[in-house]
Amino acid sequence: MDNLLVAENIIKNYGDYRALNDVSLAVPRGSVFGLLGPNGAGKTSLIRIINQITLPDQGTVYLDNEKLEAKHIKDIGYLPEERGLYKSMKVGEQALYLAQLKGLSKKEAKARLEYWFEKFDISNWWGKKVQELSKGMAQKVQFIVTVMHKPKLLIFDEPFSGFDPVNANLIKDEILQLRDEGATIIFSTHRMESVEELCDHIALIHKSNKILDGKLIDVKKQFRTNTFEVGIHTENTEILRNELNEKFSISEASFNSIYDNLKLNIQIPKGTSPNELLQFLTSRAEISHFVEMIPSVNDIFIQSVENN
Amino acid sequence: MSNLKLIVKREFNAKVRNKSFIIMTFLSPLLMVGMGFLIVFLSKVNNDKIKTIAYVDGSAYFTKQDFKDVDGIQYKDLTALGVDEAEKITEKEKYYGLLVIPKTKNIDELAKKIEFHSDDTPSVNILDNIENVIEKNLRTRKLQEFGIDKTELSASNIKADIKLSNFSGEKTSKIIGIIKTIIGMGSGYLIMMFIIVYGASVMRSVIEEKTSRIIEVIISSVRPFHLMLGKILGNAFAGLLQFAIWGVLIFIFGFVLTIVLGIDSSELHAQTPQMQMNSEQLEAIKEIQSQGKIQQILVEILQLPILKIVVMFIFYFLGGYLLYSSIYAAIGAAVDNETDTQQFMLPVILPLMLAVYVGFAAVISDPHGPIAVAFSYIPLTSPIVMLMRIPFGVSWGELAISMVLLLLTFLGIVWFAAKIYRVGILMYGKKPTYKDLWKWLKY
Repeated sequence: MDNLLVAENIIKNYGDYRALNDVSLAVPRGSVFGLLGPNGAGKTSLIRIINQITLPDQGTVYLDNEKLEAKHIKDIGYLPEERGLYKSMKVGEQALYLAQLKGLSKKEAKARLEYWFEKFDISNWWGKKVQELSKGMAQKVQFIVTVMHKPKLLIFDEPFSGFDPVNANLIKDEILQLRDEGATIIFSTHRMESVEELCDHIALIHKSNKILDGKLIDVKKQFRTNTFEVGIHTENTEILRNELNEKFSISEASFNSIYDNLKLNIQIPKGTSPNELLQFLTSRAEISHFVEMIPSVNDIFIQSVENN
Repeated sequence: MSNLKLIVKREFNAKVRNKSFIIMTFLSPLLMVGMGFLIVFLSKVNNDKIKTIAYVDGSAYFTKQDFKDVDGIQYKDLTALGVDEAEKITEKEKYYGLLVIPKTKNIDELAKKIEFHSDDTPSVNILDNIENVIEKNLRTRKLQEFGIDKTELSASNIKADIKLSNFSGEKTSKIIGIIKTIIGMGSGYLIMMFIIVYGASVMRSVIEEKTSRIIEVIISSVRPFHLMLGKILGNAFAGLLQFAIWGVLIFIFGFVLTIVLGIDSSELHAQTPQMQMNSEQLEAIKEIQSQGKIQQILVEILQLPILKIVVMFIFYFLGGYLLYSSIYAAIGAAVDNETDTQQFMLPVILPLMLAVYVGFAAVISDPHGPIAVAFSYIPLTSPIVMLMRIPFGVSWGELAISMVLLLLTFLGIVWFAAKIYRVGILMYGKKPTYKDLWKWLKY
């Protein structure tokens, strides 16, 4: 597969503390890659290495099949978790400055900024100082300065913190649009529901080690529990419940239904086809609801972290 | 490199457009000149009050000729009234005090028995004046006792005027020593002020980037070292601009005020107790003023190693500022807010203060003494102390040692500061200790 970013065997120590222990990562071109992990796992250390803010003690990072070096700075856009702007500097001036630091000419930067300011409907903020803006407004400016140099790789660390739901959605759509335009996105967050929504690949870092990675769908297959949520209508619920309990492991389920009087989560033994369960059920009762319980990223996250 | 230029420009603009910078730039020269004139004005008012001192001369040695009225002191002869009556008059008329000279013809005894009665504790100036009058009179009488004639006496009053010259035969005068001191002290003091004011400004600018959390955004675009250097240079340019404006404004305000208020600017200098000139130096100045030697002084100033002074000023100014401001930058990077900087400030301020004190104490008394020389080699103090020594003539060899040491230390300190800066700017929350800083060096 064509990978935009490859990190090989990264080791990073801070004094006696090992922040990254032999972490390897491959981010496919055009993907939205979720970089997950509990606080202090080493995500930010890895992101800083990719941004060349710090250097790894060992290991190599490749961007677009080239060893990472200073010229790649302009190919990366980074929205850090700890972010901000110069408070007493004017919005437009500040954005121009940051764009020029990323290698854009003043003219080019101005043209692109005008496009983005119009897109976000904030053109009248150009001459305002950042301290006059609300937090959400400042975040919009921050997003623009992250993406305006059209980098190949975008790294967002908790991008939605500080946004109200409306603006969070706006940013989410922008991120997906950037991906459609060819950018590759690394997305680091604790908010698992946005991972479900956005990411097609994930990697999980825990206690300085990578413990899981791959396509989201493959990871989910790996964590499949063969559990089905079933809605049953039957005359005698107790008899059926006992029968099921002998053959499978069951637990009470809860979902909206107007007809079912027995709602269960039924786990079938590995290697068994769900058809067997269905046949067993249809021979005894009416089935109106039959859904495989797909593990959520949240479940996978918690389960992996607890198992390690 | 182009990034560095961008950073310098931004730092410069951020500093210069700041309201407090603009206010400080235009207000402080006004304040300084105003203060100067206020001091002159106040001390004039203070001196304008003439103090009357009454005296009763029992010995009859003294005449009105001895007790001449001088600046601020008026003498009144109450000998005819006797001590008791004179005391009453003194109190009634609110004279400053009463000088009682006893009835004795023995000069030695007389010298010990003169008394001064006053409600106030008289100032040193007044006592000096009275003692001078008495000593001068009694000395003459004593010499006459030894049989020395008055004319012989005045003939023996020889004044030596040593003509100074160096071995290449160029003549110098004593006044040039004062000028050298002023140049040396002035430039040393200037450097110290610049370092303290603009070094702290670099530090604040680093802290601002940390507290506003923009630092990580910037750092993903530029190398930390460039950011640090850009900050230091940007602030330096802003500082130089401010100094230049101050210089011009002080000159203009001083000129205008002198004309408007009609105050002689030489009075201003006389009242400013910057330099404690000893009486010989004062006499030298008087002599020059009286004999119209101004031209000669100009010639002598031109004979000073002006080029050397200017070149060295630039070198030590840059060296000192860059050295200290990178330490300031590292301190700023290590902490989260300005109150946390206190614990790290002492090691910065201490060598600066030491340099100025050593300069004022050791260099003035002996510019080439061991202490002055040592401190002009030690890199943290050399920018100030060496500059103070240069007008007195420092060989190129000595300069080379001092400059190389400064340069090496500068490189070392910048490396050290850059490391702390690089790690520190991304550390939030915890107040670091010296131990932490040491650990950061190894990251």
